[in-house]
Amino acid sequence: MTARGRTTLRGWGNTTPSTARVAHLTSPTGPSDQLAAAGPRGSIARGLGRSYGDAAQNAGGVVLDMVATDGSLDLDTATGALTADGGVSVDEILRRVVPQGWILPVLPGTSHVTVGGAIACDVHGKNHHRVGSIGSHLASIDLVIPSGDTVTIGPNRDAHLFWATVGGMGLTGIISSATIDLRAIRSSRLRATTVRTSGLAATMDVLEQGDQRHEHSVAWVDLQQVSALGRGVVTFGDHAPPGDSDIAPGRRPPIVPRMPVSAIRPSTVGLFNELWWRRAPDRPRTRLTGISRFFHPLDGLAGWPRLYGPNGFVQWQMVVPDSAAPLVGAIAARLAAGEAPVALAVLKRFGPGNPAPLSFPIAGWTLAVDLPAGAASTAVLLDELDELVSGVGGRIYLAKDARLRRSLVARMYPRLGELDTIRAAIDPTRRMQSDLERRLLRSD
Amino acid sequence: MNDAFGRPQTALVLGGTSDIAVATLRRLAPTLERLVLAGRDIGALERVGSDVAACGDIAVETLEFDAAAPEHHAEVIESAAAFLGDIDLVLVAFGQLGAAFSLDTDPVDAAHIVAVNHGGAVSASLAAARRLAEQGHGTLVLVSSIAAFRGRIRNLPYASAKAGIDSFARGLDDALCGTGARAMVVRPGFVHTKMTAGHQTMPLAVDADTVAAAIIDGLARRRTVVWTPRMIGPLATILRSLPAPLWRRLSAR
Repeated sequence: MTARGRTTLRGWGNTTPSTARVAHLTSPTGPSDQLAAAGPRGSIARGLGRSYGDAAQNAGGVVLDMVATDGSLDLDTATGALTADGGVSVDEILRRVVPQGWILPVLPGTSHVTVGGAIACDVHGKNHHRVGSIGSHLASIDLVIPSGDTVTIGPNRDAHLFWATVGGMGLTGIISSATIDLRAIRSSRLRATTVRTSGLAATMDVLEQGDQRHEHSVAWVDLQQVSALGRGVVTFGDHAPPGDSDIAPGRRPPIVPRMPVSAIRPSTVGLFNELWWRRAPDRPRTRLTGISRFFHPLDGLAGWPRLYGPNGFVQWQMVVPDSAAPLVGAIAARLAAGEAPVALAVLKRFGPGNPAPLSFPIAGWTLAVDLPAGAASTAVLLDELDELVSGVGGRIYLAKDARLRRSLVARMYPRLGELDTIRAAIDPTRRMQSDLERRLLRSD
Repeated sequence: MNDAFGRPQTALVLGGTSDIAVATLRRLAPTLERLVLAGRDIGALERVGSDVAACGDIAVETLEFDAAAPEHHAEVIESAAAFLGDIDLVLVAFGQLGAAFSLDTDPVDAAHIVAVNHGGAVSASLAAARRLAEQGHGTLVLVSSIAAFRGRIRNLPYASAKAGIDSFARGLDDALCGTGARAMVVRPGFVHTKMTAGHQTMPLAVDADTVAAAIIDGLARRRTVVWTPRMIGPLATILRSLPAPLWRRLSAR
């Protein structure tokens, strides 16, 4: 939809539309020119639009489309150091590096994110309890700071700016490229173990035990069936020993059409959950599986947010410290009792966080739930849950957010001031702005 | 910015002392940070302001606004924006019922009611809509009425003005398509407010807070049209198709 040269952009949850002038980067000097010419409402970089809320939108300003299908990818096959343009996707990287025996050290839940987006959101994967988030695996970042200059930063080189950029939601500048330390693999397959559980306590137990033995872990939980709240399907994974090393050619996934109404209702969610839980083996089972099937199952259904109809959906992802583990059950019960069906709920344990002031993960339990937007009561419920989470030192993931209240952000991210200080120094005229920044991070 | 449930951080209310506006603001208080109340009676606006501010952590400013003076409407929007920054929500809530209409009504008085209600809403909404389109986001809420669908004789100038507002609001939403901003029209039935105090009530009458809840729901669902109570929608269709002699008998009561 365009009017006056502007394009209406939304997040993955399809909830908070706003319009901006979308600029494409054509030359290597592009970003610096674009930043200077943006005007009073500034610019923000946008990758593949997988942030659920308004992180990659900039109403009335400029949005820089970073997606580069022919971006540069350079792998040092001796050390596993991969240098990739900010607009290159995880999917492209996997296609290139897996056949050579390497894999990204951290894989988020979808492969359709760019390197820049992954760093700006400091994404985590199913192995966070072992290796942390993507920020902990970066050798360096080439960052176009708001003045237009390009600086090379890393954990040992301008560390303050580096860590402010990791998880910094794009507000320190434009990530033009990054060098990531890959992990060596001997097979493109994983040994995946599936364990079915009968309730939340069992699910949490199995996750906690399994984390010590397995590199990857995650639990799908049922928060719709109140009589067996939190029953789940826990999946563990470890990279398989040598054998079949080809990455399976990607099949084109089926596409969900645009829907006039939401297909996500208590009845359909209840039915899906029942079938999904029953489909899982009743005794632990280990099988070989492929990378995309294990890490990115939702990529197998293109455009799945359309299932939620025109009102879209919100994802609420929280983390609470281990000491607040009982709160997970209380929150699960509140969600299950809410008006909106909990369409998808994922539970996992995090290991320790990293030095980035706005990085989401901290050691403890993370729960992510997808809920249809539209019902005003859902907004009230999530506000109350935010209070519970912030009250125990937990927080909400900004990359998923479209509805947190500003007053809670500084409580959830007590080091927010460090980002402000760096922005004041490198961006005094506020060339980097976004809808999320206006909604949550701006303090005047 | 409005959030995923259409909840604003900043709002401008034109007709800030209207009961519907006050009830709506109480419900918006959890996310509201800055508010401008505009209207004719600054003292009354300030009382509403302190009432709403007590519901949350909200900075409130009042502005003089006269619906009958469209030449100042663009300035009012600019002054509001100077305090609010981006305007997430504009609520056009003013309305004047006027004296009971009959064939003996002074034509100038009748035209004045139309000018205040309809003309004022058109000029203020247009000035606001331009601002929302410029900033690339925002919601404009206009209050119509069931009277827009078949007006009683005693409210005829008001009813015809509401019909005009309703039509303008729908068209304005079309005009805003692609700008990131949008317009929503609220069609209440009979609402118990200070404007209707002393008037004959109607079936399915509601209070201002019910209308406010419907507005909050409409924002969350990104509706273009909100009927409140919901049953009033089908009722309007029936009223519109009633034969004239029957309508006259019903509406004369």
